[in-house]
Amino acid sequence: MLKKLSKTSRRDYITYGIVIAFYLIVQLFKVTGLLSSHMEGLLVPLTYYSLAAVSLNLTVGILGELSLGHAGFMCIGAFSASLFSVYTKGLLPGGLRFFIALLIGTILAAIFGFLIGIPVLRLKGDYLAIVTLAFGEIIKNILAAVYFGYDEAGLHISFKSFQLQGEGKMLINGAMGIQGTPTDSNFTIAVILLLLALVIIQHLIGSRDGRAIMSIRDNRIAAESVGINITKYKMLAFTISAAIAGSAGVLFSHNTSTLTATSTYFGYNVSIMILVYVVLGGIGNIRGSIIATTILYALPELLRGLNTYRMLIYSIVLIAIMLFNWAPKAIEWRKKNLSSIKGRFAK
Amino acid sequence: MKKLHRVLSVATACALAMSMLAGCGAAKTTSSNTFKIGGIGPTSGAAAIYGSDVRDAIQIAVDEINEKGGINGYQIEYKFEDDEHNAEKSVNAYNTLKDWGMQMLVGCVTSAPCIAVSEKTHDDGMFQLTPSGTAVNCVQYDNAFRLCFSDPNQGKASAQYIAGNAELKGSTIAIIYDSSTEYSTGIHDSFVAEAGSLGLNIAVDSSFTVDSATDFSVQLQSAKDAGADLIFLPIYYQEASLILTQANTMGYDPTFFGVDGMDGILEVENFDVSLAEGVYLLTPFSATAEDELTVNFVNKFKEKTGHVPNQFGADAYDAVYAIKAVAELKNVTPSMAVSEMGATMAAGMTEVTLDNVLTSPTTITWTADGEPNKDPRAVIIQGGVYVLAE
Repeated sequence: MLKKLSKTSRRDYITYGIVIAFYLIVQLFKVTGLLSSHMEGLLVPLTYYSLAAVSLNLTVGILGELSLGHAGFMCIGAFSASLFSVYTKGLLPGGLRFFIALLIGTILAAIFGFLIGIPVLRLKGDYLAIVTLAFGEIIKNILAAVYFGYDEAGLHISFKSFQLQGEGKMLINGAMGIQGTPTDSNFTIAVILLLLALVIIQHLIGSRDGRAIMSIRDNRIAAESVGINITKYKMLAFTISAAIAGSAGVLFSHNTSTLTATSTYFGYNVSIMILVYVVLGGIGNIRGSIIATTILYALPELLRGLNTYRMLIYSIVLIAIMLFNWAPKAIEWRKKNLSSIKGRFAK
Repeated sequence: MKKLHRVLSVATACALAMSMLAGCGAAKTTSSNTFKIGGIGPTSGAAAIYGSDVRDAIQIAVDEINEKGGINGYQIEYKFEDDEHNAEKSVNAYNTLKDWGMQMLVGCVTSAPCIAVSEKTHDDGMFQLTPSGTAVNCVQYDNAFRLCFSDPNQGKASAQYIAGNAELKGSTIAIIYDSSTEYSTGIHDSFVAEAGSLGLNIAVDSSFTVDSATDFSVQLQSAKDAGADLIFLPIYYQEASLILTQANTMGYDPTFFGVDGMDGILEVENFDVSLAEGVYLLTPFSATAEDELTVNFVNKFKEKTGHVPNQFGADAYDAVYAIKAVAELKNVTPSMAVSEMGATMAAGMTEVTLDNVLTSPTTITWTADGEPNKDPRAVIIQGGVYVLAE
């Protein structure tokens, strides 16, 4: 069946297949009791970082713009969804609550992506990188400083801590963030979201709009000369990218019960970490992003047995992957030795 | 033939993936003749000094107990995992230890990871005793206890100490705190509240965030302009060392008052220790105390690591002995299920009185909400060492 499909759709189906196969293998291990709790705990983080990497790849690889603020979009998604979940805890059934939280987080991140895009995406050059970097930091710092709660007198929001009157609850407690988010994320939901994101992105790439977006990346002047509305297509790609990053944030916040807007989780280092996943997986290669994320996130965890050496080995692996991917000699070697294997798969 | 190759390569890939998953699932066997105690804390990253001290101090306590015959005749096995001061990684570390067969947890060392992990121990019913998780929510569940003071208690105790000290009482106070960590804001809020009711004079209340934690000239200048002669620093020692250095460059010399995060300031690299002369710290542990227990611990610690332990290490050492005391009181054996052991230990914690400890001048007891009852101790830095203040 695979042979009848075009080259691109075959590539897409292989990507879905890999994700589904991984999911099934994990389920098999879970049922047979072979899956350690350590591995089980890694599954959801793996998936939401894959989601973030895939969304960033849309911006970096397909649109050809650099974004250094994807952690900021994750942060927006995480906080808005968490707020909703904490507020409606006990009022709505778990499944519905998480679904609405997911929508809120995704849409809000998309709105912020859209708003940032309006001024920045009209410009030529690397302005998006600078603006998104600043945006991510601003969002993180505001959310780390804000106090937000409700009581009998209504909603309160402030940058100074305050006392609630009577019945009420602190929703965002300054640096202490949001406490008590229900842990609604699980691996099944996460994988469904990842597949959904893959379907959206891969269809976008294959569509007329996608070709327009890639033509902007490849040659802006040529694209402009054939009448492509540059700003519109850039906005389209960037907003979708922000929305998917937001949904990754929703999964993040519903995976652990505490959510704080600190650099460890939403700083620019995290944005760069996601960029590393994208670059090492291959810019513009959606499947590569997922594989690179899986390997690079799981590696320091799997190396726990080596104690203090694990971070050293992690860095060495980063360099090794980089060389393997991009060094001219390595590319030559790969062509010589791996093309036969690849040839078999491509039949 | 080609088909065979394809099948083979897919099979190899699957086998590789499986071995990766299965390799970690193997060690689930629990032997019933040793206690398995786990520890979690940062041994890499910015807060590494706390985690590594806790790791080594637990090891010392465990070795001592094992040498003397263990707990109820059972030896202790001990394993420590790094969490990089990150809640997400901390949960991973917890799961790793669970696979190893951990029955009781001494951890986590820092607050935010501790809260995340306490959700997990609560689900599993595992007994958790954090040596140094100071945030209120660290011990929100019945199975979790702490050995250190909580943030609000530290702020309150600091205000009370200042109000009760003849030299410090009348001073004009400035506060510089880190508004981006819950540790610092927690202490700050309760200090301000308590200071208000004690009638202390707070002239300046300024903050910084983790991203602006390198230049404090603005905060120091406003403190100087307000004529503050006591600066309260509910922050960690790295920032405190910068503040001390910058105040010195400005020619500003107030009295500094820190809490347990200040502990470690004498070990900061490239820091002129003489600037820390006369700094007050509210810390439960003083490495220069001359009682037999402290001397023994400090010597062993120095032999093992080459440096003097901070109070986090002392907290962890006491935590292991608290577990021993409770397990002996309640006749806990390693053959108990994790949740059964957790419930028994939690019940025992409220009954036990721990004496002869490093981190309290008298004894430690626990309330059912997980908080310790012990007396705070203030030390003052003199001649490059901590000396107990009056």
